[in-house]
Amino acid sequence: MTDLTPVLSATWDAEQSWKLGTYENAGGYGALKKALGMPPADIIQAVKDSGLRGRGGAGFPTGMKWGFLPPDDGKPRYLVVNADESEPGTCKDIPTMLSAPHILVEGVAITSFAIGCNHAFIYLRGEVVHVYRRLLQAVREAYAAGHLGKNIHGSGYDLDVTVHAGAGAYICGEETALLDSLEGRRGQPRLKPPFPAVEGLYARPTVVNNVESISSVPAIIDRGVEWFTSLGTERSKGMGLFSLSGHVERPGQYEAPLGITLRELIDMAGGMRGGKELKFWTPGGSSTPLFTAEHLDTPLDYESVGAAGSMLGTRALQIFDETTCVVRAVTRWTEFYKHESCGKCTPCREGTFWLSQILERLEDGHGTDADIQQLLDTCESILGRAFCALGDGATSCITSSVKLFREEYEQHVSERRCPFDHAASALFEYETSQATEEAHA
Amino acid sequence: MTYDADALAQLEQDAAEILGRYPVKRSALLPLLHLVQSVDGYVSPDGIAFCANQVDLTSAEVSAVATFYTQYKRRPNGEYQVGVCTNTLCAIMGGDEIWRQVSERCGIGHDETTADGKITLERLECNAACDYAPVMMVNWEFFDNMTPDRALRVVDDILEGRDVVPTRGPAKVAPFKEVSRVLAGFEDGRADEDQGLGEPTVVGLKVAREQGWEDAK
Ligand SMILES: Cc1cc2nc3c(=O)[nH]c(=O)nc-3n(C[C@H](O)[C@H](O)[C@H](O)COP(=O)(O)O)c2cc1C
Ligand code: SF4
Ligand code: FES
Repeated sequence: MTDLTPVLSATWDAEQSWKLGTYENAGGYGALKKALGMPPADIIQAVKDSGLRGRGGAGFPTGMKWGFLPPDDGKPRYLVVNADESEPGTCKDIPTMLSAPHILVEGVAITSFAIGCNHAFIYLRGEVVHVYRRLLQAVREAYAAGHLGKNIHGSGYDLDVTVHAGAGAYICGEETALLDSLEGRRGQPRLKPPFPAVEGLYARPTVVNNVESISSVPAIIDRGVEWFTSLGTERSKGMGLFSLSGHVERPGQYEAPLGITLRELIDMAGGMRGGKELKFWTPGGSSTPLFTAEHLDTPLDYESVGAAGSMLGTRALQIFDETTCVVRAVTRWTEFYKHESCGKCTPCREGTFWLSQILERLEDGHGTDADIQQLLDTCESILGRAFCALGDGATSCITSSVKLFREEYEQHVSERRCPFDHAASALFEYETSQATEEAHA
Repeated sequence: MTYDADALAQLEQDAAEILGRYPVKRSALLPLLHLVQSVDGYVSPDGIAFCANQVDLTSAEVSAVATFYTQYKRRPNGEYQVGVCTNTLCAIMGGDEIWRQVSERCGIGHDETTADGKITLERLECNAACDYAPVMMVNWEFFDNMTPDRALRVVDDILEGRDVVPTRGPAKVAPFKEVSRVLAGFEDGRADEDQGLGEPTVVGLKVAREQGWEDAK
């Protein structure tokens, strides 16, 4: 049995957990003071040695990314925190910033000092106004306490932090689209290379990291590399937030060492809703290939999930029981990708359009067997040909679900309808609504 | 431009503050668009001209940016933006049914506004609250664990002029224009308002405490 390890979430149940005082009482900003006494190169080395990998989806080693910045040329370089959290299923950064915004602000200060940045940005999705209030306040409090601003704690180091609200576009989570958006443009991905480390914000060297990656930095500095590497598995070190949603008794945030299994997590979450059977789940958000009950014991680390044919992604565990129609689930995700495709490249723009057309007719029983093959062919023409990872991600749930549940697609064709009762997967009775429907009939 | 002198002076003062946050002017464009929504209730032609003037772009360039983002409204928006999440997880947990009933009660569909200007409805994509599914957002505040009945009550309260209270967030939902001003980066003094702990947020922490696993500290 793996123990949970609340580190990022340790203070979330404290009285006014979001306030500076609460955070400082729990030892907050101690790591910043320690870091300011270290040579910046040692901080980068510590983060490299910790094995921390990006928590925003791709899992790129964080310290290595910082190390890619070219040598200081005396001109600005930037840290941009990716707080756009919009990948379906992903719901970890929002509670972090709502409950403990200072852990992020402290992480921003330490990281900025390490990489030689004097102006950092937090790019928050715009659809979470209370989170924005909390971040704005946290930054203001941190300035007043001397954790940000000029000559931080007498170190001679200056840092400004701007918290920026986006305006609704999933693609702005892609790091180069995010930079374009932060520059006041349409959020469309840029051609890489050059990578942001070389030419990022305002064409200057830039580190883009996820909220959870940056929030993990204070603990690494405070408690040390050995402590961090004692958590997790061989190549997936440390702890992370596992976000359980869907058909479990107690959905929510479970902070655990990487390598914990879904079986253990479901057990902690009180089991499947009403004792029903697990049917399928996403290990890392809607862009990661579906898993089934066969993968209950797969260690949730980068390597094991990858070896089993999916991706750890953002540890967004969306869990669906036997009442759920997989065709319905996949159709809805595909409509999402169609809606969010930025339109820059043809395979994704056209492909997601056709995929949702085909899926919509399959779902309501007007599809043919040929449509199923057409889905796979269309996915093939997107995968590897799209300009950014959104296009590839759009194909994951389709190809994996056809592989795992082909007979369910075929059933939609042969029965000319969806064989599932949608009401059975909801959390509440549909009764009243059916009565209304009848009244209208 | 048709802003009166006072409105224009205020806008210019706010815009100067926004511009001061960025090393390059154009970065101020997104918050400036939120700012004009806080005055006009949508991205009006005047608002576009104002933004263009502030960041040295043409109105056409500003429009091209504004239309890319779903939070910028091309028509006068309702006082309350009511969004029902119908992305997969929420839809399956009941969001589809909530949407159907809410839409029926308001008598409007996606991206439409009630005749009295109270509510603009929207089918939302995932709002990063899946552990609280099914989720609804009113002016970008969380209404977690919705049922059709609870959702209809929220809608009725808005239509009948009563305040509505989110499940995670401030003491009540502010009107669209006020919230737009916050999104432009102006604090409204409500950051400490709170509705108590959301169970899914702390559920793992509770399990750890019950099991005596806090020693990981
Ligand atoms: C379509 C798309 C959406 C993304 N959305 C997010 C997001 O909301 N938050 C995030 O941190 N990373 C997101 N990413 C990943 C970022 O491009 C980038 O890898 C990440 O911010 C790097 O930070 P990390 O190394 O700390 O994980 C997204 C990527 C793509 C392709
Ligand atoms: S893959 Fe899709 S989202 Fe990415 S650049 Fe192409 S059209 Fe835009
Ligand atoms: S799917 Fe509704 S909030 Fe994520």
